[in-house]
Formats: sequence, C-alpha cells, structure tokens
Amino acid sequence: MTLTRRLLAPGWYRAFLGIALGFGFGLGIVVLVRSLYGWDPIFNWDAIITVGALVAAPVGYLIGIGCFDYWFRWASGAPTIPEDHSGHGAYSWRDYFGVNTDHKVIGIQYICTTFFFFIAGGLMAMLMRAELAQPGTQFVDPNTFNGLFSVHASLMIFLFIIPVFAGIANYVIPLMIGAPDMAFPRLNALSFWMLPAAGTMMLCSYFAEGGAFATGWTAYAPLSTDTPLGQQFFTLGVQFAGASSIATALNFLVTIITMRAPGMTFWRMPLLVWANFTTSLLVVIATPFIAGSQFFVLLDRTIGTHFFDVGRSGDVLMYQHVFWFYSHPAVYIMMLPGFGIMSEVISTHARKPVFGYRMMAFSLVAIVILGFTVWAHHMFVSGMHSWIRVPMMVTTMLIAVPTGIKIFSWLATLWRGVIHLRTPMLFALGFITMFTLGGISGIMLAVVPFDIHVSDTYFIVAHIHYVLFGGSVFTIFAGIYHWFPKMTGRMYDETLGRIHFWMSFIFFNLTFGPMHLVGIDGMPRRVADYAEQYATWNAIISISAFIFGASFLIFLYNMIASWRHGPAAVGNPWRAHSIEWQVSSPPPVFNFDEVPTVVGGPYEYGVPGAVHAVFKEKEPAHAGAVPAPAGGGGAPPPVDQ
Amino acid sequence: MSERERVQSDEAKGPPAEDPRIAGEKHPVARMIGIGIAASLVGIAITLLIDWFPEPAASSAGKIDTLYDVLLICSVPIFVLVMTVAIYSVVRFRAKPGDMGDGPPIHGNTRLEVIWVTIPFIMVTALAIYGWITLDDLEAKQKNEMVVNVTGQQFTWTFDYPSEKVQTKELVLPVNRPIEFKIKTKDVIHSFWVPQFRLKSDAVPGLTTRIRVTPDREGHYEVVCAELCGLGHATMRQFVRVVPAAEFQSWISQQKKAAGGGGGGGGGAAPSGEQLFTSDGCSGCHTLKAAGATAKVGPDLGKLGDVDADFIRTSIVDPNADVTKGYEPNIMPQDFGDKLSKEELDALVKYLLESQE
Repeated sequence: MTLTRRLLAPGWYRAFLGIALGFGFGLGIVVLVRSLYGWDPIFNWDAIITVGALVAAPVGYLIGIGCFDYWFRWASGAPTIPEDHSGHGAYSWRDYFGVNTDHKVIGIQYICTTFFFFIAGGLMAMLMRAELAQPGTQFVDPNTFNGLFSVHASLMIFLFIIPVFAGIANYVIPLMIGAPDMAFPRLNALSFWMLPAAGTMMLCSYFAEGGAFATGWTAYAPLSTDTPLGQQFFTLGVQFAGASSIATALNFLVTIITMRAPGMTFWRMPLLVWANFTTSLLVVIATPFIAGSQFFVLLDRTIGTHFFDVGRSGDVLMYQHVFWFYSHPAVYIMMLPGFGIMSEVISTHARKPVFGYRMMAFSLVAIVILGFTVWAHHMFVSGMHSWIRVPMMVTTMLIAVPTGIKIFSWLATLWRGVIHLRTPMLFALGFITMFTLGGISGIMLAVVPFDIHVSDTYFIVAHIHYVLFGGSVFTIFAGIYHWFPKMTGRMYDETLGRIHFWMSFIFFNLTFGPMHLVGIDGMPRRVADYAEQYATWNAIISISAFIFGASFLIFLYNMIASWRHGPAAVGNPWRAHSIEWQVSSPPPVFNFDEVPTVVGGPYEYGVPGAVHAVFKEKEPAHAGAVPAPAGGGGAPPPVDQ
Repeated sequence: MSERERVQSDEAKGPPAEDPRIAGEKHPVARMIGIGIAASLVGIAITLLIDWFPEPAASSAGKIDTLYDVLLICSVPIFVLVMTVAIYSVVRFRAKPGDMGDGPPIHGNTRLEVIWVTIPFIMVTALAIYGWITLDDLEAKQKNEMVVNVTGQQFTWTFDYPSEKVQTKELVLPVNRPIEFKIKTKDVIHSFWVPQFRLKSDAVPGLTTRIRVTPDREGHYEVVCAELCGLGHATMRQFVRVVPAAEFQSWISQQKKAAGGGGGGGGGAAPSGEQLFTSDGCSGCHTLKAAGATAKVGPDLGKLGDVDADFIRTSIVDPNADVTKGYEPNIMPQDFGDKLSKEELDALVKYLLESQE
C-alpha cells in the first residue's frame, strides 16, 4: 500500500494524520481569535494546548482511526451497506488494533487497554509507597507526589474500574442474553476508542508545564481553578472517559431491553445482566453531573467565568455538591457490575441456584435509587448547611440493608453447595471477606460525629481501598479468571491463580488494614510527608504494598502465558447453565449459529434435567443473510495464531 | 411464575432433607452460633483493647471515642457471622475430587430473607439515632464561650482573639473554657483539625464555618490541615497549647505588649517584614532560620548567597524569572505582586536581606 492510501484508509496512519491536523486546526483557531482581539501574545501555549492538543487532536484521532467513517458516508449520501460486516470479528492479533464492531473484540480491547492503565496507576502507587516508607522527602518532591496520587486515582477510577466492567460486560452480556451483538456496534467501537484518548491525556499531564494535575481526583475548586496547566488534562480527559461511559451505558440499556433471546423475561435474566442494567441507569443519569462539574472548572480557568470565584458571587460548595452527585453513584457504578459477577461465579462454582434471586435483583434497584440520596455524606465537614447531614447519614446507613441482602444471599448460596475452590471462587470468597469489612467501615463513616474525626484521614484511604480493591478489583479478577476460557479458548493455570489469590489477599490486608489505625490516630491523607510517630506503620504498609504489587506480576504472567500456550478450553468448562457457556470457546463470530430459546431460570443447578436455554435450527432465510467467514459453525482460530 | 411456585414448594417441604455431609453433626447451626458468639467476644475484646485514638484533650473526644466503641461492638458480630458461615461452608461443603454433583435446588426462604432485612434495618436505625444525639450534644452552645477566629491560607494558619484584639501564629487556649472557632480562608479550601479534640471543619472561601470545643487537658498538640490545599499541604502544621487560665491571661497580655511595642501603638502601623514573612505564607514553604521557619517546599531563604534587593524583589513578584536549581517552575504563587503593597514588599525584601546567614 502506498503512503497516500494508508493516510486515507482508516487506521493508525490516518489517526496520526488526524492528530496533527486536529492540533493544527486548534492552533489556527487560537491564533486567529487572539489576533482578531489584538491580544498579546498571539501564541499563548496554554490556550493552544487546551484547544489543539486536548480537544481538536483527540477528535482528529477518533476520525482518523475510523470511528466515524460509516456515519460520514451515510451523512454525505454515499452508498452504505447496513449489513456491512467487514469490520467485524478478529482473525489475527492485528484486528485488535483497529476499529472493530464485534462486541467480543471490543470487550477484549477494553480489558487489555484498561489493564494497561491499571499497571500505570499501580506503578504510581508503588512510587508513592516508596516515598511514604519513611518520613521526610526521599524520591519525589511534594508537587510530584500530589500529582502521583491524583493521576493514580483518576486512572484507577476512570480508566480501569469503570471501563473494565464495561469491557467484561461487553464480551459477556450479548452472549448471555442470546444476542448476536450489541444494539449499536459502531457506537460501541466509538465508546472504546475514546478511552485511550482520555487515558493518554491523564498520563501526558506529567509533561505539562508545572507538572501533572495535583488536586486529587476530586479536583476541588478553587484549588483546581488556580493551578498550572496540568489540571486541564484531567478536566478534559474526564470528558472523554465520561462520554465513553454514557454511550456504552445507553448501548447496554437498549441491548438488554430489546435484544434478549425469545423466552428470556426480565426474571430469567442472569444477575450479571441485571447488574449491568442497573449500573447503566446510574451511568446515564449521573455521569453528566461530573461532566458539568469539570466544565465549570474548565470555563473558570479558560474563558473567565466565575462559578467558583467568591469575589464574583461564585459558590465553592456548589462544586462539591455537583461533583458528589455523580461521584457517589459512581461508587455503585464501580460496584454493581462486580455484584453481578459474584452472583455468576458463586452460583456456578458452588453448584447451587442464587439464593433469593428476585431479592437480589430488587436490591440492585434499591441501591440505584438510594445511591442518589446520599452524596453529601462526603461533605459532613465541608461547611454545607448543617441540617443536611442527618438525613444523609440515615440514607447512607439504609444502603446497608440492600447490600446486606446481597452478602447474606451469597452466603446462603454457598451453604450446602458443592463448592469448587477454583481461582474465581477464591476471589469471590476474598471479595465477601473484604467487602464486608469495607461495608462496616462505610457504616462507621456514615455516623456523622465519627466521620468528623476521620474525614480526610488514612481511614478514608483504607475504606475506599477495601471497597474498590478488596471489593471491585477482586470481582474483576474473579470475572477475568471465570470467563478467561470463554474469551481465549484456553485454560489459565490454576496453581498460579491460587498463588495470585493468596498473595494478593494477605498483602492487601497488611497494606490497607493498618491504614484504619493510622487514620484514626491522626494521619491525614494526601500528604507527601508525615509525623515521626506514624513511621513504623508506614514502613510496614510500604513493604506489604510492594509484595502486594508484585502479586499482580503472577497474574500478568498467567494471563499472557495461558493465552499463548494454555491447554484448549472446552465450550463449558464450569458446567454452567447460562447461554454464553453453551457455545464454543471462543464463540463463533456472530455468537450463535442457532438462535437460543430461553426456557427457564439461569441458575437451576440441582434441578434434575433443568436447562436455561435450548437451541433450535435457524430458519434458512436468515441463515443466508449472515455471512459466515469463520467457516460456518466452526469456532474461529484462537487469536494468538 | 414457575420460579415463584418452586420457591413456595421449597418452603412447603419444611426442613430440608438431611445433608449427608453434615449428618454426623448434631445441630450444626447451634454449633456455629456457639463458635460465632465466642469469636465475637474475642473480636470485640481485641478491637476494644487496641489504642485507636490519639490522647483525648477535649470534652468532645470522650463522646466520639465511646461512639466508636459502640460501632465496634455492633460491627464485630456482623463480620464474625459472615466469616463463620463462609468458612464453615467452605470446609463442610467443599467438592470432593471428581464430585460432579450439584447442591440442593434451594431458591430462597422468605422467613430468612425477612430476618436479614429487619435486623440490619433496626441496627442502623438505632445507630443513626445514637449518632444524631451525639452530634447535637457535640455542637450544643456552651455558656461563657470564647470566640477564636481561625484563618487558613497556603500554607499557614493565623489565630485571632477578637475579644482581646490579639493575632498570633500559635494557638493558645485556656483549659476547660468553651471555645467557638470561627473558621475562614484567604485562598483555597483548608480544613482545621486537632486530632486530640476529634473535631474538624473545612475553611471555605466565602463562608465562616464553626466548631465548638472545650479543651479539658493541658498539653501541646498539632493543628493539622486535613484538606488538600496545594503543594505545601503536608507541611501545613502549627501547634495548639492548652494551658491553665492564669497562664493564658499572662500569655495574652504578653502578646498585646509585643504587638503594641513594635508599631508604636494602634493598628495603623505597617507590619514588619518578619510579620509579613509568616502572615503572608512565605513560612509555609521556605526555611528561614531568623523567623523559625522550617518548611522545605522551596529553597532556604536564609542561604541566598550573594544577591541584591532587586533579585529578591523580582523573585517574589515573578518567581519563574530565575528558578533555583533543583526546584520546579510554577510552584510558587505568582500573585504576590498584587497581594503585597509597595511598602509591604519593601519591608519584606529588607527583612530577607537582613536575615541572610
């Protein structure tokens, strides 16, 4: 292919061209506007980087890589093929690096990309623990340190936990509900390709003048309106991550509502589908609020609005209310999909129906509704109107009720099951242990007088890591191990999986357990340096953190080695009932050669002869409409070939 | 509807058929309850014995510490319950090698589900009521309150006793006298916290927030900024001294004398360079032996070497003009030229020149 053709065809050549053209376009606009107004200097690099590098270049990249080609063709009146499957399915590893409309390819793209950012964020955590291993300044100056914890949290939340759940769901949900793909495959691809842009922006903030954004992931105004350029990398990075999340959530909602296989009523949906349905409701309703809060900051910084300038009747607390109106539901956005994974894993590996299925679904809905009524519990010491604290305390504590239903129902599911202690099940049990602890410290934090003391201390750091790592990330590991055979067509190494579990479980607790203690004892969070009295605990925490970090390498090795050389997986290695396990591993390009019909619940373990779905021959007229590039019914070759 | 019928049929069967795996065990549930109670008692004893809090130094501290003890006593049995059932299940119901069987198809149990909705509901409601009562108790207005204004700025606190017309960098409080802190900020959000008092409140631009404290133990404690406020956040520490009432009075008159002596009486005199150095935040980031400042965010201002007044002036007004090796640009605020009057700037430059070691 000649260079010209490469630059015109969708792909990375055109993406880099798009970035260059986008940047040039942004630079042009800034220079034009500034010269028309007669402002000096005409080349204001803060403005050029904001408009050129952070807005126009990412859009240029999305156009270049090919996310909009189909829509542009359609809009310009050029001929389009509605059933165009040329960008569907992966036949070589190269297909994972371009725009693809296959939900299974997008799912794996999501998972691999988000794990890349997980590693990046994890390395930042290691650097922080190195700095905090002893009092004083050893490795990084305070500005870099503040940047490290800000970028760490932002990557972990916006580029790992939220999107990796979207990735797992992307792969599994259409298979689980018996659909050939997501409702909007091209939108699905666009959602994914926005993520690398968002993550790259946050990482690149280190190269901005004045260093990375250093105001925490919470970016409280007016600190965030008054810091160097790096802040804008966060403000705009969040917009891309947020847009991606909203588009995906809409896609899940439409897919789950309209594309369930015949016979799959809402009360026959696996709980992972329920979990993603409720999560998507949260995302669609709440995410625009964080977008808004960051736009306020951006406008204050760039065009001179005064949302948070008290001298011009701005309101500083308004930022926190709008921010937490998203960011508290975001905690459930990061937890509900994990609840869904837990129900699948526990029921399958304990060989028992999920106990109290309907209550499990209702409790998800209850958490969604209650989740919108508790945001100000992050603001008990913020100086907001004091009467709001008590109702927010009550609603926060009430969330313990639906959450308790879930924990107790999983325990009842384990009771008298036939428990196979495979790696996913170990992570599920670890999750139950640590999420219970995180839930308990959550109840403590809800009680206003105690929160007044521990707010903004290491107790909070301990709590959020118990909920988000011991909770969410353990469910992610459980889910990755559970569906690894389905996604790759190969088995992971069980021994390495167990070592990974025990190492991370033990050293997780040694890392984050003592933080409760130092927090109550008076160590504030987000500090580059601390008083001598906390030195011993911090040394223990840092050493545990390094071993905990190293445990991830075992996981990484297991995943890479097993994906390349692991033993071939059968279609249904766990003898599970849900539909994704009834097709080959990995599934055919269009998921089902025969349309499944759902005839019963998804977890009828122990019921003699019970099945969730049956497959009947597809009518010939439809079979002809679907091209079968992978040789009809056969599974496509494993992706490593 | 088939699911619902099946649930009902599960319940209609009455107690489930004996599971062979626990058949040898009489009353497995009773035994678990026994183990659970024993483990809870041990757990409660251990968690209560841990010395969680810094020493209490205000009447509020005891109430919050007791509240935490109650929370621990309620939490430990919940955790023990979850762990007992989980561990017991894993030990008793673990699949034997080659076991391809399934567990019994139990879909639910309405009575059990009602129990585990009701009990947590009652527990959290009771705790919420207790929390509310404690909160009102902590924030109740006291007789004979002394007002102390606290002002945060990057990266230092200023304390001001309006009844005495005294302003200081060190907080001194008479023991057993109720204090009302009125907290403000000059720039971004800070949070005023004395761990030994257990109370904190953010200092918010545009607002005055309040907390009430009655210190009840003499001693020397740290005032900590708990809200990320920028580069020097970690070092934004000062001290509070709780002293007997008589000592407080003599300290106040000493402060008045010191303030009056320097300026020749009245509040109209320009503050000295030394006062500006601490009150305008220089001491939050820089070391200066002459002013007792020890922060290490920026260079040591007592060791500038061979520099003249112009260099110091430029470095304050335009900090990026010449950045000391080993430090990053853009770290020092660039608005001191607007914040300081010409006289103040002159005084500060003169003071820094005189303070070279």
